[in-house]
Amino acid sequence: MRRMLFKSLVRGPLTEPAPVADDAALAELAVQVDRVARARLGRTLSIREVDAGSCNGCELEITALNNVVYDLERFGLRFVASPRHADVLLVTGPVTTNMRAALERTYQATPGPKWVVAVGDCARDGGVFSGSYACVGGVSAVLPVDLHIRGCPPSPIALLKGLLALLETVQRAGNGDGETGRPAQPSSGNVDDAVAASQPEIERYE
Amino acid sequence: MPPNTKLRDMVHAGRIVEKQRPWARAIVRHETWRQATDLLSAGEWTLLGLWADGEQVHMAVSSEDHADFGVISVECNGNRFPSVGHSHPPAIRLERTIRDLWGLEPEGLSDMRPWLDHGTWNRPGSSGAERDGSRVLGPYAFLPASGESLHQIPVGPVHAGIIEPGHFRFTANGEAVVRLEARLGYVHKGTERLMMAMPVDRAAILAGRISGDSTVAFALAFARAIEAAHVVEVPQRAVWLRALMAELERLANHFGDIGAICNDAAFAMMHAQCGHLREAVLRVADKCFGHRLMMDQVVPGGVRGDLRPGGTELIRALLLDVRRRFPELIELYDHTASLQDRTVGTGVLSPALARQYGCGGYIGRASGRGFDARRAPGYPPYDALKFDVPKLEDGDVDARIWIRIREVEQSLSLIDQILQRLPPGSIGTPLTALAEGDAREGIALVEGFRGDVLVWVRIRADGHIERCHLRDPSWFQWPVLEAAIEGNIVADFPLCNKSFNCSYSGHDL
Repeated sequence: MRRMLFKSLVRGPLTEPAPVADDAALAELAVQVDRVARARLGRTLSIREVDAGSCNGCELEITALNNVVYDLERFGLRFVASPRHADVLLVTGPVTTNMRAALERTYQATPGPKWVVAVGDCARDGGVFSGSYACVGGVSAVLPVDLHIRGCPPSPIALLKGLLALLETVQRAGNGDGETGRPAQPSSGNVDDAVAASQPEIERYE
Repeated sequence: MPPNTKLRDMVHAGRIVEKQRPWARAIVRHETWRQATDLLSAGEWTLLGLWADGEQVHMAVSSEDHADFGVISVECNGNRFPSVGHSHPPAIRLERTIRDLWGLEPEGLSDMRPWLDHGTWNRPGSSGAERDGSRVLGPYAFLPASGESLHQIPVGPVHAGIIEPGHFRFTANGEAVVRLEARLGYVHKGTERLMMAMPVDRAAILAGRISGDSTVAFALAFARAIEAAHVVEVPQRAVWLRALMAELERLANHFGDIGAICNDAAFAMMHAQCGHLREAVLRVADKCFGHRLMMDQVVPGGVRGDLRPGGTELIRALLLDVRRRFPELIELYDHTASLQDRTVGTGVLSPALARQYGCGGYIGRASGRGFDARRAPGYPPYDALKFDVPKLEDGDVDARIWIRIREVEQSLSLIDQILQRLPPGSIGTPLTALAEGDAREGIALVEGFRGDVLVWVRIRADGHIERCHLRDPSWFQWPVLEAAIEGNIVADFPLCNKSFNCSYSGHDL
């Protein structure tokens, strides 16, 4: 292990450097995200990911943001384990009726100011699952959505671009009408009592 | 009488459904169905799937030596059928699902709690057996555990990591887990019903989204089932390109898993290194096929696009890179005592349980069950390729890591062989229209990275889907996780769970 650690030290980071010919977009994003994030949030934005019925394709690519190549944390963006620590909910999936209550409760557990990003084509409008008896069809049917990131699934680069767009939205709203520029409550807060009672707590685990 | 003869006899004793391929399907009497259930519980057969189409319940089985595969079906008189789960536990959740989705009652099943149905569905009745709208369900009754000083820990459905939703109810005595019960169904999307009456090409897109990490495997199983029904010959180049994609998918997932398991034992270095390897595979897949996960690239009749120019060289370079870097990581895993301390002897799944449940993939193979759908029933081009199916007996987290390591090595060799022998030619055969009134059925079993994926499909004469069933390997893996965790400490659950890495979406459908 010592040998590998030493090699890593000598080799330098695997994280993609700013000027890579292939991925100029990523390099460009790195600069912009850093500047905007620092201005608004003092370098940090905490993200809570919620799978509301995705096929897990989006989760794979969101997870990839944490790998050494994209290294999301260098931008001050990081994933947190609880909605109570989050500024942003990153929601995937067509919102299954079975996940609706849990999604609403996660939103309610997130302190304001908060933003919701719908990731993937399913989260936009239900995508290929729209019309199903078991799907609400799009995150905006349940929560106020600040931004949609398209793709099936969106690539890590597309996700980075989307988060940059969010930071710009956040900045605009912050300069404008109140903290989020929108009502703080979900557009539809009718959590069915029976379902809510049977829903387990949101736990820090795994 | 050898067991496989029995299977054939039993199928042929029923009313054979002529239009199903490639395995025979027969409609049998309730009495024969019960005999089949006895053979399952006696371990002479393995259950591969159990599903309903509204009127009939179907059971896909293989003989214990995997020499013979077949499907038997039973008519549901008065919306009832004899329970399989009554004497063969692996069928319990499948039967609860049949009850939820179709309103058919498994007679004799003791666990009548709903499974995928959480009482939230918005479903108007459309065929005879269905109920109107959603059921009114009380709080879910978790199985009890009694004893002194027991406490419960509810976890989920929203987990702390970037993973899928599901609920785990632990009953613990101090640190030790006394009972774990999973409650799933949170990501049920009603996929099978959405597919009904869909054109094949649109249904194929849904099939590729049953479980995103296995998109190639599901698309392949769906395509093979459709092709079996149509009796279509797929061009050789497409067959080999499909295998190339399937092995790249296996590589990417195994790298991700090996790193993530070690990360759950707080060994971040392995996670970082394996994550980098995974990213390398995905980037090559993107450049070769135009999609990082290779979604929608396998289509009924062939593949959507050919390997892009320069693809062979890119993949060769990837193999070289992996072969240079991966052995160091194996050594790192093997020589880090603190990591081994967490993985060895943790989360043991007994070979007997793995066999009873017909656990596929690395879970089965780490517990002595060497089944691999690429070998039996087998499908091209694997019959022309050389590869080993690694098998271990220990059944712990460590064994599940080693199986993945060995499978990475096998996949590297398979990709090498495929690149060497990739035949030229066309990459797709169009599906021809069926004759008037000529409805068909097809079934396929394909080895995904997680285990064997089963797809059964019935197509109408106009070529659209009438019914489709897609069975993820997780159906036979989730239940045994609950057994494997017993007696382990709560803090080792993430480790055990990650070493299983069952699909939530694939299971919930």
